[in-house]
Amino acid sequence: MTNTILINTLRFILLVLLQVLLLNNINFLGYVNPYLYVLFLVVYPFNTPQSLFLIVAFLLGITIDAFEDSGGINAAACVLIAFIRPAFLRFSFGVSYDYQTVKLSNTPYGARVGYVMLIVFIHHFVLFTLEMFDFSHIFLILKKTIFSGIFTTLLILISLTLFKPKRR
Amino acid sequence: MQQIFNFLIRNKNNILFLLLMSLSIFLTIQSHSFHKSKFISSANVVTGGIYNWANNIKTYFHLEEYNERLVEENKQLRSLIANLPDTTNTGLFLDSVPNTGVYKFMSARVINNNYSRINNYITLYIGENSGIEKENGVITSQGIIGIVDHVNRKHARVISILNSNSQINAQLKKTFHFGSLVWDGKDPNMVQLIDVPRQAPVEVGDTIVTGGRSLIFPQGIPIGKVDAFTLDPNESYYTLQVKLFNDMTNIGHVYVIENTEKEEIQELEAIND
Repeated sequence: MTNTILINTLRFILLVLLQVLLLNNINFLGYVNPYLYVLFLVVYPFNTPQSLFLIVAFLLGITIDAFEDSGGINAAACVLIAFIRPAFLRFSFGVSYDYQTVKLSNTPYGARVGYVMLIVFIHHFVLFTLEMFDFSHIFLILKKTIFSGIFTTLLILISLTLFKPKRR
Repeated sequence: MQQIFNFLIRNKNNILFLLLMSLSIFLTIQSHSFHKSKFISSANVVTGGIYNWANNIKTYFHLEEYNERLVEENKQLRSLIANLPDTTNTGLFLDSVPNTGVYKFMSARVINNNYSRINNYITLYIGENSGIEKENGVITSQGIIGIVDHVNRKHARVISILNSNSQINAQLKKTFHFGSLVWDGKDPNMVQLIDVPRQAPVEVGDTIVTGGRSLIFPQGIPIGKVDAFTLDPNESYYTLQVKLFNDMTNIGHVYVIENTEKEEIQELEAIND
């Protein structure tokens, strides 16, 4: 248990630093940035209480917002993802989630990609909508969502493959 | 009573979600209104400290370029001095920044710079300790950068001109027709000068400088060149596309300008009302 807390704290700090110091400066083609910190929400332990997950997600978002001076847009997107993640898990991995037995590393690859994409694209759509705060920019929002979303999904899948837990 | 508690416990996740969500939305809305976001910003001790630490490393890679810019600026200043006796109003800087010292200049280092979002901010490593105040102007040798909106002891946050909330008074250099400088969020090298009266003889390539109507910037600081212009649908105002002299994606050191007579002028204007 202590081990889980320690690992998640370290992951939190590492992902935030990576995001604000490196990834926010990529600006590929002027506006495409990956938001790798979403990885934290993807791999956060599935069996922790939902209320704790909501609070942690909020903290993650608000930390990123403090660095980016963006008000509360990342916090809003993260809290929303934390709230609907159980539904995504049930949708992607079926009934095994209900018995709390599912582990991300030994789910079928297709289901895992679907799960990551669902989270990433909904997160990005909420993020960019709140950033623009204006539905007349809907095409710009969609463009940013799609390009940044693809970039983020790729990075998350690569990280998941690289940091796979060792098989016992 | 029992039932209320049961209801709360049963729905604690939904209630917590609504609470956190409304808090985030509240902060978002606050950040979209000018001069309001205060609690969560990149100019606090932790975020500013981390940016400063990272920037200390990054600056070394740009030293050569910053040196070149300094040499270039020195060259310009020297040529201004050399031409001083025989030209009285070629350099607009000369008119408006007299030796009486209305404007105080301070140099600062940029430790964080955004330009890919709609509302961009810049963080400076200079703060109240050095006499920085809210609403001070920020420029480089090539043009304007933005306005200070939030200060703490060691760091200051600047609303970049690449921010949809930013509105700066600017004018054509050759005539004195002025308008408001805004940004449409698309290209970090292009800003828009809106509400320029139709009578203004605008041409592509004209220089845009800061206007004298604001208390923040001295008059005549260069901003950019006109790249294209269109008449508004109601045909009474021009909208100019201005290409910035500054490369907003690469700012190293900046000057912060303080207008020492600002309070006096504001007091006078308050009496007029």
